[in-house]
Amino acid sequence: MIDWEPLILTFKLAFITTILLLVIAIPLAYWLAYTKSKFKAIIETLVSMPLVLPPTVIGFYLLVAFSPSNAFGNWLDELFGLRLVFSFEGLIIGSIIYSLPFMVHPIQSGFSNLPKSLVEMSAILGKSTSTTLFKVLLPNIRPSLLTGIVLAFAHTIGEFGVVLMIGGNIPGKTKVASIAIYDEVEALNYSLANSYSLILFGLTFCILLIVYLINGGYFKQFYK
Amino acid sequence: MIKINIQKKLTSAKGEMLLNIDTSIEKGSLVTLYGKSGAGKTTILRTLGGLLKPDNGKIIVDNTTWYNSEQSINLKPQKRNVGFVFQDYALFPNMTVKENLEFALEKKQSPKIITELIELIELGELQNRKPETLSGGQKQRVALARALVKKPTILMLDEPLSALDYEIRFKLQQHILQVHNEYNLTTILISHDISEILRMSNQLIELDEGKIIREGKPSEVFNIKEYNAKFQFTGTIINIEKQGFIYILMVRIGKDIVKIVADETEGKQLLIGDNILISAKAFNPIINKIN
Repeated sequence: MIDWEPLILTFKLAFITTILLLVIAIPLAYWLAYTKSKFKAIIETLVSMPLVLPPTVIGFYLLVAFSPSNAFGNWLDELFGLRLVFSFEGLIIGSIIYSLPFMVHPIQSGFSNLPKSLVEMSAILGKSTSTTLFKVLLPNIRPSLLTGIVLAFAHTIGEFGVVLMIGGNIPGKTKVASIAIYDEVEALNYSLANSYSLILFGLTFCILLIVYLINGGYFKQFYK
Repeated sequence: MIKINIQKKLTSAKGEMLLNIDTSIEKGSLVTLYGKSGAGKTTILRTLGGLLKPDNGKIIVDNTTWYNSEQSINLKPQKRNVGFVFQDYALFPNMTVKENLEFALEKKQSPKIITELIELIELGELQNRKPETLSGGQKQRVALARALVKKPTILMLDEPLSALDYEIRFKLQQHILQVHNEYNLTTILISHDISEILRMSNQLIELDEGKIIREGKPSEVFNIKEYNAKFQFTGTIINIEKQGFIYILMVRIGKDIVKIVADETEGKQLLIGDNILISAKAFNPIINKIN
């Protein structure tokens, strides 16, 4: 009988990660799109690192950093009572870092592709930066926002290395679907592994399909 | 009264150029900036609007300092009460025409101005449409109306009319003149069309490579004597043909092309591309009524 817990945990993780990422990525992408700072290249590189680094590298360093036997982990533990190793909270932090480029890149390119004159006009009309952001910029990059949200969500569902490194394999806490699959294969329980895999395959296919249909204007014919 | 005294180094297609402007503009006048592209016209408007910072100098508007390099004053665009119509209009694509105007309202400003402007600039039928469905002339009118919502003291228009065909252009000139008078504006616009400048503005500033080369009343700057009772057109020569002792000039006036005869002394001075004023004092025209 299929155990739904890993799947529920996966979607809970992806959902929370995506929401937090959205909050982090919008200001970051805004800054990257409009800054003239010389640090831009460095920040951009750091944001993109998870694209090329093996997830185990990120997982390994996070594991070291969050470990209560080290200074940072110890500080977190003493001050906030927060133990990020082998916990769901740790998974969220890891996922945010791992999926950051998938959220930042589409939003950043959305900002960059908008004519600069829109920002300038909003300033001429006396509007503050935040009004411009929420009333002018974000509504005009809806497709980019949607792409970012969905890619980050789907990518979080698909993560394995980072989760395994800092989360381990604790049922109900850190055992997400991708790890459950690995677990079942190890136990030669192929039919259960197949059930998990099929569900993930189908769901991610549907999610991506919906995004491409929305951004490709397919649904416009129904509500115009 | 606007006093502008600014210097700014610019990199243009031809290399480095120093924009060096020192002039003043009377309150309530309608000023045209004229000159080749790359002469610095748009830069001046953007500097006045606070979108570009000069390297040095001062901008003083009605005794308020907007920019002063010595005192490190540089008011943000939000604090300068200007209306600006960009060349690309910059209408917000996510908002309808009416929402574009409403966005420009200041906090606690009565929305009465919006109804007033929609009526004045004849946007009634367009008010619920999105910018992407509008023609160039319509977008232009929306941009003009939006610039006026917060009742600016200075209205700036960056080549508002150049992309439009003749009739729409004429209509927009009327709208600009109308709002200029109605709202007691000081209006600064960029134009390349001499007949338009003569018709609309009372001060002309001609620029070349970042410097003012001529300035004054348009008719004086272009050295056009004001005859009385006459037909008068301005146009651009597009071809000169010599036939015996006379020259046949092909002249573009608005959207029409007209052939006129010039004598040898006139013809010799003219080149293709020259802007000319054609006038006739006493002759017998054929008059037909048009419906």
